[in-house]
Amino acid sequence: MKREDFPILKNDLIYFDNGATTLKPQVVVDSMIDYYTNYTANAHRGDYDNSLKVDMKYEEVRTKVKNFIHAKSEREIIFTSGATDSLNRIVFGYMKTHLKQGDEVLITKAEHASNVLPWLELEKEIGIVVRYIPLENHLVTMENVEKSITEKVKVISLAHVTNVLGDIRPIAEIGKLCQEKNILLVVDGAQSVPHRKVDVEELEIDFLAFSAHKMLGPTGVGVLYGKENLLEEMKPLEFGGGMNASFASSGEVEYKSLPSRLEAGTPPIAEVIGMGAAIDYLEEIGMDQIHRYEIELKKYFLEKAKEVDKLVIYNPDIESGLIAFNIDGVFSQDTAVYLNHYHICVRAGNHCAKILKEDLFVKNTCRISFYFYNTKEEIDQLITVLKNAKDLFQIVLS
Amino acid sequence: MDPALKRQILLEHYQNPSHHGLVENRDYIKINTNNESCIDNLDIMYKIEDGKIADIRFDGEACAISTSATSIMIDTFLGKTLEEASEILENYENMLNEKEYDEKLLGDLKLYCDISKQPNRKKCAYLPFESFKKVLESQRRNG
Ligand SMILES: Cc1ncc(COP(=O)(O)O)c(C=O)c1O
Repeated sequence: MKREDFPILKNDLIYFDNGATTLKPQVVVDSMIDYYTNYTANAHRGDYDNSLKVDMKYEEVRTKVKNFIHAKSEREIIFTSGATDSLNRIVFGYMKTHLKQGDEVLITKAEHASNVLPWLELEKEIGIVVRYIPLENHLVTMENVEKSITEKVKVISLAHVTNVLGDIRPIAEIGKLCQEKNILLVVDGAQSVPHRKVDVEELEIDFLAFSAHKMLGPTGVGVLYGKENLLEEMKPLEFGGGMNASFASSGEVEYKSLPSRLEAGTPPIAEVIGMGAAIDYLEEIGMDQIHRYEIELKKYFLEKAKEVDKLVIYNPDIESGLIAFNIDGVFSQDTAVYLNHYHICVRAGNHCAKILKEDLFVKNTCRISFYFYNTKEEIDQLITVLKNAKDLFQIVLS
Repeated sequence: MDPALKRQILLEHYQNPSHHGLVENRDYIKINTNNESCIDNLDIMYKIEDGKIADIRFDGEACAISTSATSIMIDTFLGKTLEEASEILENYENMLNEKEYDEKLLGDLKLYCDISKQPNRKKCAYLPFESFKKVLESQRRNG
């Protein structure tokens, strides 16, 4: 399935760390090279052909993103440096001026650091209260969401899909509840937008954050989606060129309207163009197709994994392309080092969700995260290597 | 050394490490070694008496290299003065950084002489020594 579009796969490599970042198809790389070799110019500046072309290409991507997540208007799409940047802007550009001491924000212990630390920082700065929705078997249930809501809850901020277990949160139901209760819903889409259809309107999401590099695109660029009325009130965290309409020595400043107001400075033009090419590529395959295929890969893995002794799988029932496992009695990092010997890339660790270990009882796991270019043959190879794990320490300690 | 024998010794230290298990005792200095990779997580506690390393204990979750290195470090350090131990530390650092070092001082720690070829594992082999450095600092501060 399209493997030939990914030059890196010509090497002897099995890449199962797509939760960290994905491989890039040649068309994405080419689109950036094209900008750098054939029409380099700044955006929003020029009166000459190349500059106009850049403007057009850059703004075209905004439209692609808008359609991709089904936003209402281009003004709701802000280019950022990635999910982390987007989440920080939500917290410090919007929440900081709209929440007050004692207001509560609900998150969970399975969130990525990027959806925890900004909130904890804001807690210190202005005295909001960060509370954790209790997890039921590591999962978010509607019952626990409802139970956690008090008069003081103003925001719920959750990953749509977690990077630790790959579980999918009932965002549509939570979105509905948030509407009823006048609570803002912030969704960290870093692990969902690349793998399934995410429709901000259907899910009633107020703010959404995601990164291009986890969905075939380049590093250094991502998206902040916000409902227009919310973004209108968002304070820029950066001030400078490109976002002001006029200013005078008297101190009078007028800022541009959305989205430019929130994109100060020269943007990552090549990266935005690369992200556009990535979205085109994904849409051509189809997000539903990608989602279905990843689930199929996981089922296949689970079936095959029965042949392997001592394999502990922590999330067999979760329908996504992510598998958290350990070889019983082997530290996760040693397993990853062993697999690396066979050019199989998996991630060991606590996956930046450090407080989850308080609940999960296992501190570290190995994580396999599939993408559509992975194959059943690759899984077969992984299974063979896992079956031979009696050699593990021979390899790890040499 | 024969690679198979070397692996055997390391594996033995990993599976049956020396001085495993912490004690409740205020005479010990306890240090946690969450290394940069944020995976290995060991508590190592040191009892220093009259400038000598009287006891070291450890517990926690870590990879085979970090755990075996901790066990071997403990065997090497026990009974040594802080000066002797810091000389060992210095030579061990030199070995990991591919500089000149005195083999004779290192004992089984020499088993990690090839680890510099695997930069990602070097940190693991160094992990227990990070904690010992903190002990040295705290001793210096307390005069
Ligand atoms: C769930 C989740 N949120 C946020 C992030 C942060 O993304 P980035 O590092 O691209 O800003 C990640 C990346 O690992 C993630 O998995």
